[in-house]
Amino acid sequence: MNGILILEQMLNGLQFGLMLFLLAAGLTLVFGIMDMINLAHGSLYMVGAYLIASIAQATGSFWMGLGFGIIGSAVFGMLLEISVLRRLYQRDHLSQVLGTFAILLMANEGVRLIWGSQPLLLNAPAELAGPVEIVAGFYYPAYRLFIIGVGLLVAGLLYVLIAHTRIGMQVRAGASNREMALAMGANVPRLFTAIFGLGAALCAVAGGMLGPLLSVQVGMGESILILAFVVIVIGGIGSVRGALLGALIVGMVDTAGRTLVPLLFSALMGPVAAANAANTVASILIYVLMAAVLFFKPRGLFPTHG
Amino acid sequence: MFFALRHPILRTALAASTALASMAATAQMNEPVKIGLLSTLSGPGAGLGVDIRDGFELAVKLNNGKLGGRPAEVIVADDQGSPDVGRQTADRLIKRDKADFLTGIVFSNVMLAVAPPTFQSKTFYISANAGPSQLAGEQCSPYFFSAAWQNDNLHEAVGQTVMDKGFKKVALIAPNYPAGKDALTGFKRYYKGEVASETYTQLNQLDYGAELSQLRATKPDAVYIFLPGGMGINFIKQFVGAGLSKDITLFGPGFSADEDVIKAVGEPMLGMFNSSQWGHDLQNAANRKFVSEFEKAYGRKPTLYAAQGYDAARLIDAAVRDTKGKLDDKAAVRKALEAAKFDSVRGAFKFNKNHFPIQDYFLRVIVKDAQGNVTNRTLSTVFKNHSDAYVGACNMPAL
Repeated sequence: MNGILILEQMLNGLQFGLMLFLLAAGLTLVFGIMDMINLAHGSLYMVGAYLIASIAQATGSFWMGLGFGIIGSAVFGMLLEISVLRRLYQRDHLSQVLGTFAILLMANEGVRLIWGSQPLLLNAPAELAGPVEIVAGFYYPAYRLFIIGVGLLVAGLLYVLIAHTRIGMQVRAGASNREMALAMGANVPRLFTAIFGLGAALCAVAGGMLGPLLSVQVGMGESILILAFVVIVIGGIGSVRGALLGALIVGMVDTAGRTLVPLLFSALMGPVAAANAANTVASILIYVLMAAVLFFKPRGLFPTHG
Repeated sequence: MFFALRHPILRTALAASTALASMAATAQMNEPVKIGLLSTLSGPGAGLGVDIRDGFELAVKLNNGKLGGRPAEVIVADDQGSPDVGRQTADRLIKRDKADFLTGIVFSNVMLAVAPPTFQSKTFYISANAGPSQLAGEQCSPYFFSAAWQNDNLHEAVGQTVMDKGFKKVALIAPNYPAGKDALTGFKRYYKGEVASETYTQLNQLDYGAELSQLRATKPDAVYIFLPGGMGINFIKQFVGAGLSKDITLFGPGFSADEDVIKAVGEPMLGMFNSSQWGHDLQNAANRKFVSEFEKAYGRKPTLYAAQGYDAARLIDAAVRDTKGKLDDKAAVRKALEAAKFDSVRGAFKFNKNHFPIQDYFLRVIVKDAQGNVTNRTLSTVFKNHSDAYVGACNMPAL
C-alpha cells in the first residue's frame, strides 16, 4: 500500500461515481418531478451505447458516434415518453413498475433482433487509448481521465440549467411541490417530455463513455440500473445535488471496498480466510451504506420534498 | 378368380397392401429423430447459446435435414441461463416432446439441475459445452456424453503453457463462484510457479479499476483470467486501456478470446494467448468445411461453442446411423456413441471411460491475419490425447 495506489483508487472511485451520476441524474429527475418509477432507464443507457457503437463503426469515428448517438437517444427517449410513459403518470407505482418493466423486456428483445446477441465493438478513440503519466512513475488511463472530465462538465452544465434557467426553475418547483407547480405551470407536458429527453441524453452519454470500458451487450442496462437506484435513494429522490453526492459516495465506497477490505482482512485473519470473506463484505458494502443512510436520514441526504 | 385380379378396386387394394408392408419396414427410418436443443438464448450468456444452436443446426442442414438417415426434428428451447427454467424445460422436452436426445446447455449449474431427470428418463444427453467435474467423476452416467471438454481442461492447458514459457510470477483472476474456483484449481494443477495474487471478483462485475491497480502494484509477469462472457470483455478493455499489456502477458481460456470477444474488443486483444481444443485454422477436411459453411450461412466466424454444437450434431448423426435408427435399444445407442465414429472438426477425438473426450489441446494467439482481420492463430499443441483429472473416480454403471 502506498500513496500512488491510494491516489489511483481515488481517481477510479471518482470516475465510477461520475458515471453513476450521469445515470442517476436522469433517473432522479423523472422520479422526483413526475413521481414516475422508470425501470426502463437502463434500457435507454443500452440503446444509447448501441447507437453510439454502431454509428462509430459505420463512420469510423468515435466522436461522430457519440454526437449522433446522444441525439438519437434523446429522440428515442422523447418518443417513448410521448407514446407510452405519459399514460402511466396518473397511475400508481405498481402499474409504472410493470409497464416500464415490459418496456425493458421489449427493448432487450428489440436490440437483439436488430443487432444480434453478440456484443458490439466500441473502443476508445486512438488519442485516448493509452495511459498518461500524471506524476513521475504514476500512469493512469487517459480515457478514464476523460470520463472524469466529461462527468464534471455535465454536472456543471446541469447545475447551471437547474439553478439559473427558467426550465430549471420549473423543474425545481415540480420537485418540491408537484401539484402547485402543475397548477401554476404553463406547459407541463412539454416540460415532462423535455426532461425525459434530457434523461435519455444523459443515459446515452453514460453509455458512450462506458462503452469502451464495458461490454456493449444486451441487458447491460440492468446491472448498472440497480446501482443508479442505490445512488438516488442515498442522495434523496428528486435532488440532482443528492444524485451527484450519492454517486460519488457509492463510487468511492465500492472501489475502496474492493481494494482495502481484502488487504484489511488478510492482515487480520490470514490470506486464505480473507479470500472468501473479503469479497462478500466488499460486495455488500454499498448496501450496508444505503441501509445506514436510510436509518439516520430516511429521505436521503438531500431530500427535496421538505 | 381370373376376374378378381382384373377388378380395379382389388388391384388397387393389393398394390396398397404391398406398399404398406414395405412402408412398415421403413417407417422407423422415416420417423423423425427428435433432438431437444436446450440452450441459453436470452440474457447475458445468450451469445454462447446462439453459437451452439447455429453450429448444431448447420450440421443438420448440411446433412439434408437428416441425422443418421432419419429426418431430424430439432426442438429449440431457452433455459435463460437459469437452473430452474432449464429443469422445467428439459422435463417438457422429455415428457411432452419425447426427445430422443438432449443437448445444448452452456452453463454447468444448469447442467447439474437438468442431469438427474434426464438420466432417470433414460434420455441421452450430448453436451455441447457444460462439463462439470461431478459428471466426470463420481456422478458419471451412461446417458451423458461430452462433445466439448471437462471444465478444468482449458485452464490446465494454459497452466502448462505458462510453465513452458517460463513465467515465474503469475496473477490469477476469476469470479467468486464455483466455476471460478474450479478454473483456478485446474490452472494450478499444471502451473507450479509463484502465484503473485489470487483475486476473486464479484460475478458480473463491471469495473476492474481496483484489480488493475493491484496488478500494477504486485508487478506479475503474466496474468491469467477466467472471466466468461461480458466480464472478460470488460476486463480486457480496461487492462489494455491502463497500459498494463506492455509489461504483463495476458492469458485466458479459449472462450475468453474467441471470435465473439474479438468482435467486441478488436485490436486491443492482439497478442493474447489462449487455449482451445479447436481453432478455425486447424487443417483437417471436416474443419475446413465447417468453417467455410458457417461463415457462408451466418456471415461471421465460428467460435468454439459453434464447433462444439456442430460436433454434437455429428456425433448424434453417427450414433443414429450405426444403430440403423433403432433408438429404443439403449445399449446399442450407448455403444454407438462410445465408438464416436465421426470426423470431429478438432481432429483427434475419442471418449474416455467417463464419456468425456480424450483429445488434443492447442495454444492459440490473437494476431492480425493476411487480410488485416484480428483473429486467432493456432500456435502449437499443449497436450496430446489429454484426459481429465476426475476419470479415476468414475465407476461407469451399466444401463
